[in-house]
Amino acid sequence: MNDNIIQAPSTESLDTVARAGQDADAVQPWAALGLKEDEYAQIREILRRRPTSAELAMYSVMWSEHCSYKSSKVHLRRFGDLPQETPLGKQLAGIGENAGVVDIGQGWAVTFKIESHNHPSYIEPHQGAATGIGGIVRDIMAMGARPIAVMDPLRFGAIDHPDTLRVLPGVVSGIGGYGNCLGLPNIGGEVVFDPCYQGNPLVNALCVGALRHEDLHLAAATGVGNKVVLFGAKTGGDGIGGVSVLASETFDSAGPTKRPSVQVGDPFAEKVLIECCLDLYAAGVVDGIQDLGGAGLSCATSELASAGDGGMTIELDRVPLRDATLRPEEILMSESQERMMAVVEPARLDEFMAITDRWDVEATVLGEVTDGTHLIITWRGEVIVDVPPRSVAHDGPVYERPLARPEYLDALQADSAASLLRPSTSGELREHLLAVLGSPNICDKSWITDQYDRYVRGNTSLAMPDDAGVVRVDESTGLGVALSTDCNGRFAQLDPYAGAQHALAESYRNVATTGALPIAVSDCLNFGSPEDPGVMWQFSQAVDGIIDGCRAFGIPVTGGNVSFYNQTGETAIHPTPVLAVLGVIDDVARRTPSAWAASGLYLFQLGATREELDGSEWSLVAHRHLGGVPPVVDLDAERALASVLIDGARGGVFASAHDLSQGGLAVALMESVLRHGIGAQISLSDDVFVDLFAESAARAVVAVTPGQADALASLCETHGVEMAAIGVTSDEVDGLIIEGVDDLSLADLSSAYTATLPAIFG
Amino acid sequence: MKIGVVTFPGSLDDHDARRAVRFGGAEPVALWHADADLHGVDAVILPGGFSYGDYLRAGAIARFAPVMDKLVPAAQGGLPVLGICNGFQVLCESHLLPGALIRNDHRKFVCTDQWLRVENAETAWTSEFEHGQKILVALKNGEGSYVADEATLDQLEGERRVAFRYLGGNPNGSYRGIAGVTNDRGNVVGLMPHPEHCVEPGFGPSNDGLAFFTSVLHSLVNA
Repeated sequence: MNDNIIQAPSTESLDTVARAGQDADAVQPWAALGLKEDEYAQIREILRRRPTSAELAMYSVMWSEHCSYKSSKVHLRRFGDLPQETPLGKQLAGIGENAGVVDIGQGWAVTFKIESHNHPSYIEPHQGAATGIGGIVRDIMAMGARPIAVMDPLRFGAIDHPDTLRVLPGVVSGIGGYGNCLGLPNIGGEVVFDPCYQGNPLVNALCVGALRHEDLHLAAATGVGNKVVLFGAKTGGDGIGGVSVLASETFDSAGPTKRPSVQVGDPFAEKVLIECCLDLYAAGVVDGIQDLGGAGLSCATSELASAGDGGMTIELDRVPLRDATLRPEEILMSESQERMMAVVEPARLDEFMAITDRWDVEATVLGEVTDGTHLIITWRGEVIVDVPPRSVAHDGPVYERPLARPEYLDALQADSAASLLRPSTSGELREHLLAVLGSPNICDKSWITDQYDRYVRGNTSLAMPDDAGVVRVDESTGLGVALSTDCNGRFAQLDPYAGAQHALAESYRNVATTGALPIAVSDCLNFGSPEDPGVMWQFSQAVDGIIDGCRAFGIPVTGGNVSFYNQTGETAIHPTPVLAVLGVIDDVARRTPSAWAASGLYLFQLGATREELDGSEWSLVAHRHLGGVPPVVDLDAERALASVLIDGARGGVFASAHDLSQGGLAVALMESVLRHGIGAQISLSDDVFVDLFAESAARAVVAVTPGQADALASLCETHGVEMAAIGVTSDEVDGLIIEGVDDLSLADLSSAYTATLPAIFG
Repeated sequence: MKIGVVTFPGSLDDHDARRAVRFGGAEPVALWHADADLHGVDAVILPGGFSYGDYLRAGAIARFAPVMDKLVPAAQGGLPVLGICNGFQVLCESHLLPGALIRNDHRKFVCTDQWLRVENAETAWTSEFEHGQKILVALKNGEGSYVADEATLDQLEGERRVAFRYLGGNPNGSYRGIAGVTNDRGNVVGLMPHPEHCVEPGFGPSNDGLAFFTSVLHSLVNA
């Protein structure tokens, strides 16, 4: 006997459907797998017997919060009340598919989606973030699209906390290492620091893909006799969470029991998989397709089968393994990356295999579509799963969690920034401007973004630090899309309804600032524990805010993701509903950049400034203060502003346009000067402080050549947008001269802006 | 004129290189790493990317691809070959060019707009530049630090085979600021920055990359 020889698990201890029918009272580790007593009872009810260990594993992971949305479903359903149409027409695929698909004209469609990979990224920052990119890219591929860009909204704890030093560089290297190797330009995102994210950094990832209308693929296993093919990487023991419980508690503990629960990514494998999938689509050999992400084969088989019109049989022992000791339950649960599952007509199978061979991608027929109603999975000839697939994939428990407005909110809202000491002299104003500019949330992020390839594929027209990323979809016409992701969690903490609308409005405004027409939304709703009624209230409020906002803008939510349990002990993160808005621009050559690049341009502020400083960057930097109520949300004003920005871009009115948000006009002006080193002379109202630092919404600062000033005035009049001349750009001005504020030289601005991240991260 | 662009598994900028060839006025031909011949092309580009995932060492596995069996002797016989980024790494691994590319001295991937000085305007790929011309191109690499022993570096300098040098800061710790080199005949050129991302107004930091692709056309016509 040699104990070191790794052997495949024996079938002796196999828990089969036949056995489950006999020993009904066997003790099962349902609680350790995260199921509640009534949920376990519900499974027994569905099956009219106890589940096998494989079935238990499938249900436990598919009914988890992450996969089943059991706490959020009742609220997310309200998104369906929105008209399922964009300003350009009907959605081609909506919520419930891997990703929503919208028509962008000229026969082109676009699919985009944003997801979280928060918890894995805290445990293992590099792989957690890398596999976040990998997963969202496969969602986009599964719709038949070629992925064309990614974006990453990131949130970390305090910049000077030791854990941030561990988490941030790992997350950035994971995103860069995976995305760069995949050949997808990274065109934007956000980086926010706040102690509330200390133990719960948020790593969200967005991918956008383009396809011709006729290339749309849906995840459904139809056609009796069609083959179910698994292709891509071999299946390993990575990404197995709760199932290690099954492996260690229910069975003999001979094999390796504690598997790593963070998946490991292989970007090269995914790059090859992308090209292979696109060749398969082009050859027309794919009937249905689904990516393998969370919940692995459990998810792919049950979702494909339940979306189809029949049943499915799978021979699990055909799955190519990296680790021969994996138990069948583990094979079903493994979240090994870079795998896809396709449904293929038998007559096209040889063609399918020829294409996967060309790319050296392993493909294996696991089973076929049947005329039954059950998903039946065998291992070594024994039936270990026999379930109605819908019961696994869609009929999970749905909770109406209690919700209650948190008690602390009244005191928080009463504590307005109005009482904070303001800078009064021209020297103090200058100091506050530089302090805000160099603060972690505002400062230059190129230490991070320069680690991402923004040029690959040659279609990047705008990328960070522009307000929105813009990529060309069609080289012959210049048709392209703009994307922005935004959320101000501080606003959402003060008022989750208004905060969610601010996130939506800012993202919408950023897209419009480039000249693109906003047409659709994806959201990543990051919250604390749904078992806390206060958090659940925040969640419900945010959903309502998004829905009411989308209705006012006339754009649908096409999909998204919920991430709960972002909290440490009793302390939850700020509610952080990250909103991604997609816009369409007929010709990217006409897009408006964020910063001016010439001297002698007239500067105008569009939109009205109010004395709105609660939750502002100034209140944070100057006083570590958060309290009061967020700025007024005026969706009509946002629409009007967007109309000016879009019509103006079409008419060639703008030299640049920059949205005003975090840090207000102060930050927009300083960033604009820094981008190309061209200075500006500015003259504001009597209350320079409020003009500079207020964070009123529905505003932008634009630069126009003197000859376009009348055209701009006429556009503003047409759409009812307030317009104020605030200054001129000049290469004879060193930096920024603001009336009432001591001068800010380019060198001073630049050193304040660029020093912050390198000082911490090297 | 036909210019081949080789796609290895993991190549990323092959698409962009083919577009740049088209913008330069030639016909791009997609070559596959497993191809047994060069399909009669007049020049070849090895594009950027992560061939075979670069898991062993950047470019080390691509060197053994079947298409390289034909490409190496053809390059030695005078066929114009341009290696960009990962392509440069493949050319060094194949010994068509001297030296090696190692991990950036700051140990991070870097994507930035980079100024270069043209040090040799007499190669097949640089004849449309002026000697000493300053150009702005995209740069993006994780293993872009050019290294060679002192004797080799002295030889490259002495024979004017340093084709490009970094200006305004060395982005990756390359010895003597070398951004690109050529072989003694001037037909094989390798460089770390990416001219193929700089051929179209509005996409990339400049249009300075276009001259690479018009240069090779010019040198083929005059050959």
